[in-house]
Amino acid sequence: MIEPGSPDKGPAAPPALVKEHRAAPRRRNLWQLFREEFWAANTFMVTFLAVVLALVAGAIIMIIADPETRATWSYFFARPGDALQASWGLVSEAYANLFKGAIADPDQWNRWFWNMAPWQQALYPISETLQYAAPLALTGLSFAVAFRAGLFSIGAQGQATMGSIAGALAGFLISAPGWLHVPVALLCGLLGGMLWGFLPGWLKAKTGAHEVITTIMLNYIAFHFLTWIVIQKGIQDPSRSDAISSKVDETARLPLLFDPSLRANLGIVLALLATAFVGWMLKRSTFGFELRAVGANPDAARTAGMSVAATIILVMTLAGGLAGLGGATMVLGTAYALTPSVVGTIGFDGILVALLGRARPWGVLAAALLFGALQAGGNRMQSFSGISLELVGVIQALIAIFVAAPALVKAIVRLRESRTGGAAELAKG
Amino acid sequence: MRGITKRFGDLVANDHIDLIVEPGEIHALLGENGAGKSTLMNVLYGLLQPDEGEILVDGSPLKLKGPADAIRAGIGMVHQHFMLVPVFTVAENVILGAEPTQGGPIGRLSLDQARREVIEVSERYGLPVDPDAVVEDLPVGVQQRVEIIKALTRDAELLILDEPTAVLTPQETDDLLEVMRGLKESGKSIVFISHKLREVKAVADLITVIRRGKVVGTAEPSAAPSELAEMMVGRSVILTVSKEPARPADPVLSVSELVVADDREHRAVAGVDLEVRAGEVLGIAGVQGNGQTELVEAIMGLRKVMGGRITLQGIDITTMSTRETLDAGVGYIPEDRSVDGLVKEFTVAENLVLDAYRRAPYGGRIALNLGGIAASAREKISEYDIRVQSHEQPISALSGGNQQKVIVAREMSRPLKLLVAAQPTRGVDVGSIEFIHNRVIAERDAGAAVLVVSSELDEVLALADRVAVMYRGRILATVAPDTPRDKLGLLMAGVHD
Amino acid sequence: MTATTVPGVSGVDSGFWTRQRKTGVVLVALGLIAAVVFGLLATSKAARFAVGETTSGFALSIPGTLGAVLFGVLAIAAGAVLAATGRRFGLWTALSLAAFVASFLCWQVSQAPGTLNTLALGNLAKGSLELSLPLVLGALGGVLCERSGVVNVAIEGQFIAGAFAAAMFGTIAGSIWAGIIAASIGGLLISALLAVLAIRYLVDQVILGIVLNVFALSLTAFLYEQFMQKNQDAFNKPPRVPQWDIPVLGDIPIIGPTLFKANIFVYVALALVVAIHFGLFKTRWGLRTRAVGEHPTAADTLGVKVLGLRYRNVLLAGLVAGIGGATFTLLATTNFNKGMTSGLGFIALAALIFGRWNPVGAFLAALFFGFANQLAFSISALNSPIPTQFLSMLPYVATIVAVAGLVGRVRAPAADGKPYVYG
Repeated sequence: MIEPGSPDKGPAAPPALVKEHRAAPRRRNLWQLFREEFWAANTFMVTFLAVVLALVAGAIIMIIADPETRATWSYFFARPGDALQASWGLVSEAYANLFKGAIADPDQWNRWFWNMAPWQQALYPISETLQYAAPLALTGLSFAVAFRAGLFSIGAQGQATMGSIAGALAGFLISAPGWLHVPVALLCGLLGGMLWGFLPGWLKAKTGAHEVITTIMLNYIAFHFLTWIVIQKGIQDPSRSDAISSKVDETARLPLLFDPSLRANLGIVLALLATAFVGWMLKRSTFGFELRAVGANPDAARTAGMSVAATIILVMTLAGGLAGLGGATMVLGTAYALTPSVVGTIGFDGILVALLGRARPWGVLAAALLFGALQAGGNRMQSFSGISLELVGVIQALIAIFVAAPALVKAIVRLRESRTGGAAELAKG
Repeated sequence: MRGITKRFGDLVANDHIDLIVEPGEIHALLGENGAGKSTLMNVLYGLLQPDEGEILVDGSPLKLKGPADAIRAGIGMVHQHFMLVPVFTVAENVILGAEPTQGGPIGRLSLDQARREVIEVSERYGLPVDPDAVVEDLPVGVQQRVEIIKALTRDAELLILDEPTAVLTPQETDDLLEVMRGLKESGKSIVFISHKLREVKAVADLITVIRRGKVVGTAEPSAAPSELAEMMVGRSVILTVSKEPARPADPVLSVSELVVADDREHRAVAGVDLEVRAGEVLGIAGVQGNGQTELVEAIMGLRKVMGGRITLQGIDITTMSTRETLDAGVGYIPEDRSVDGLVKEFTVAENLVLDAYRRAPYGGRIALNLGGIAASAREKISEYDIRVQSHEQPISALSGGNQQKVIVAREMSRPLKLLVAAQPTRGVDVGSIEFIHNRVIAERDAGAAVLVVSSELDEVLALADRVAVMYRGRILATVAPDTPRDKLGLLMAGVHD
Repeated sequence: MTATTVPGVSGVDSGFWTRQRKTGVVLVALGLIAAVVFGLLATSKAARFAVGETTSGFALSIPGTLGAVLFGVLAIAAGAVLAATGRRFGLWTALSLAAFVASFLCWQVSQAPGTLNTLALGNLAKGSLELSLPLVLGALGGVLCERSGVVNVAIEGQFIAGAFAAAMFGTIAGSIWAGIIAASIGGLLISALLAVLAIRYLVDQVILGIVLNVFALSLTAFLYEQFMQKNQDAFNKPPRVPQWDIPVLGDIPIIGPTLFKANIFVYVALALVVAIHFGLFKTRWGLRTRAVGEHPTAADTLGVKVLGLRYRNVLLAGLVAGIGGATFTLLATTNFNKGMTSGLGFIALAALIFGRWNPVGAFLAALFFGFANQLAFSISALNSPIPTQFLSMLPYVATIVAVAGLVGRVRAPAADGKPYVYG
């Protein structure tokens, strides 16, 4: 980990050490060089620091919210060791579980290696991460595509909702063999989302209605539509009295990738394909050229003979389709039945994902994997360390804030740097 | 002002400029676009902090941290782009920042007092305006009056007018010059920024000429125009393009009884008839804002036509989309390249195919041919002498002249029936101007019809085989390019015999 | 593009289809639907409208079919007058819509089974106002923010922070006042983040709002699960706001119980509507705020401190919206629950837009949305065949209609959402 101002090395070395070891100043130069290199690759560095800072903030919140740890801080000045030890114990255990739940639990790998556990258990964290990442990547792409065309589509939530409804309906109202049912259900999800993307696009192109407002409103219209349709006859699960639909047919469920006990499914493949498609479209297709031109300078695009209105409608429809697909993968891949909260908050989370991925397709996929990992790890952190899963939302939001305000990240890092810089000045004097 | 220096990065916008304005004087600041006039005035008004130098008022140095300090020091400014809140009334705009209140901690506005102030100032200086009118509903000339009143109610002793006539009609300009004289008589000082010699000569007491951020000299208004112009531009620029006499053939573009509305739904083009033949250049002269922009946009399918007909070689293109118009063999150099001509986030190569990316060899209906785009970009860069490091460079890294050449290269590298060039050399260096002019003539000689619109009379005269003068949405007359300039000037001012 | 006008050139006719005409025709169509459809669906049974808070007591009564048709015709007439004369837009529109709603209610009440065919108007009015309270306060927070040029999508976050703080500190201190003050500080904290990140760090304000909502919702949910839930008695049992009765005035039918037998939030909200409206349009602060939201450069050249004013107003907005959050825990329910604001912050945003960024307009819009909500409750008690979910959609649909300019264009402050950088 990078610790620009950590007191035990580099620039903040105590004066005596600096004098004795001739190498120390040079080490500082090397370090500065290294840091400049990192700043040069600005986006990478900011992203990395954003994640680190968010985790640090998450740790602080964790400590504040834990009564026992908080108690040790009340006598910090009497016995600081207690507070530090308790805090470190709490945070390190929680984040270790976050890691184990997201990527790999060394214990499980060990057991698998000695044939004490099936391989599925070793792969479980990765499978969970992939499973959570898939819809996030799709809604993230949805926002990114619109964003590249200069549009703020806040509508992925509603589009995913419509996608999940259409996908689920196709999943249990139609019966078909597996090879056909899955594509048909996915297609329905795509179309459901496209409809919900087309509307704000059309309104924007025809009347100038701002897409931020219309998409937010459509989100809630879709939500109320879902709460209505889920309790209609023929859709609601006949054996239940609460708001839940029948389960989608086995034939319409997305095939699982590894094993029936692991939830990773076709969704992540779909996300991968969608990323590749969006990447190709933006860079190499005629439509992508128009999209980027309209996004960067609509006046020039219009003057060059492009139809700004048509592009906006198409982009919003496409963005809607991607988000709809995201919703469909949730209902066809993991939930299997509609409930009012079937798509969770993937639409809003998708915006954070796109922000983190800087609206570039492969960046979005990487960001979705990170958010999926946080989600998967958060589950384990909740059940093993007793830290509420909601902390993951806090960390995700903080990552997004830091990424969106690179100047803030730099200000925080510089703050520490300048303090140590001051110390160095003192040392010289 | 003494030794004012202001840098933007590497660019020195003001280089040790000294300027002295006496009380009761109209001091003109003359210079080309981008000479550093506006920067200097923004420094004087506290909007920019100078890197070096100081400002003295009545002999004592003044530190301006912001416009508030300038206002306190009796400096008022009328910006080129009006600083008026469009949805406010005149009175509200005038009092903003120095509101009369009825006292008390709430700060309740006293709009009656505001109205009285407006009326009082407007009567004293002959600036009629209704204090309760909403600013966005007022004509530009009246909005400018509001700006002046705003400065006067703040007891400004020195008034800065930044390019005040650029947006005015000749009639409004004359009114403004009259107001300026009146202000001078009542003891106010005025700094009048302009690049129009006629106006400067008509009203100024003293003229300071600025070129490339430096003062090149001062002159009396009685100085000869050619002398002033030379000081302004550096060398006597003769905008002549060597060209053969035109050999006009069949009509290509015909416009009849065209009516077009502007963004505010006023008739900007009110019945225009014109015809451009193959192998000739028709130049449209006129003060900016007399409907030229709307005329061109209507031809290009960028603006809805309300009446009349536009045909291209007999084919009706009145309702054609922009893409169809371009595909029909029309090339278009838009008047503001950074707004309409280029996508500044795009690379040079991408900008070179901005309106041709769907044609072979650049691409098809579905995919782009990145190889083809790059190859043709390399070709055009050398053919049009565009100074770039690579075609993958973002266009925003290029100079204005090179950016304009990218547009010219894009539009002229396909066979054209008609070339529409609006302000083809605005903000472009002299070398590029010559290059572009020669290209336009070459296009004419290759048999295209060319329509040139420019607010620079010199440019129109240099390029055109026939000159149409546009005034208030109509074409007043079509004359030969060797018509005496004073006659053209009268036409541009709407005087027609 | 430079938009210069040539004076003296005649303007283009705005055409036959003015905003008044279009709206009038839409209203006539709605009235027609009311008269025919509602008329056919209504039963001949009496539709009773009790003026009090309960269904007992004095009630106005009209046969269902007759009422539905009569009010439908009235709606047509008002719409037609508007289309024909084009004058008094607000009056005729309001009248026509009111008649439409009345026709709808005649149908709904008359079709209710058995003796359910009474609607308590007092209850309807009181419920509408109470449901609209957070919307009013949230929208006012939006007005303060957006009038000075900062988009406030974070109302939801300000709500939840306010709701949480009100529950927690209200419980700990055992006082509603502590709760309300804590709520406004909670809203203020979210606003402070919005202000610093938007104004200083120039983060896109729409995205920032969304992110801050996620942040506030997650953080409060985390804190709730981490310790509030484990010890509800100590942290999550806030006192409830009492009802303050104003004698005599409280006995006026329908309005009385709504306005004068109300709780502190009603009085606070009404006072704030008046205060902010007055402040915005009649004071120096308001003039400068509006100038900064419309044309910050102009304000700057006149020595107005653009950023300072924006900071101040955004923080103020947090205070107001935070109080709106307090209504969730101190009035509407008895304790905090995670995610309890359930998107109402976005309806407040809708009310702000529907009310055209005007305090009184936002208040009326919020009231209308509250009415739609209360209507959903009321008619579901009548065993209505209309799904309440569709009534819940009404605010959102109405807002889309408004921004699409189908009934006159709404215009945001020109510099809304645009960061201002000196120089």
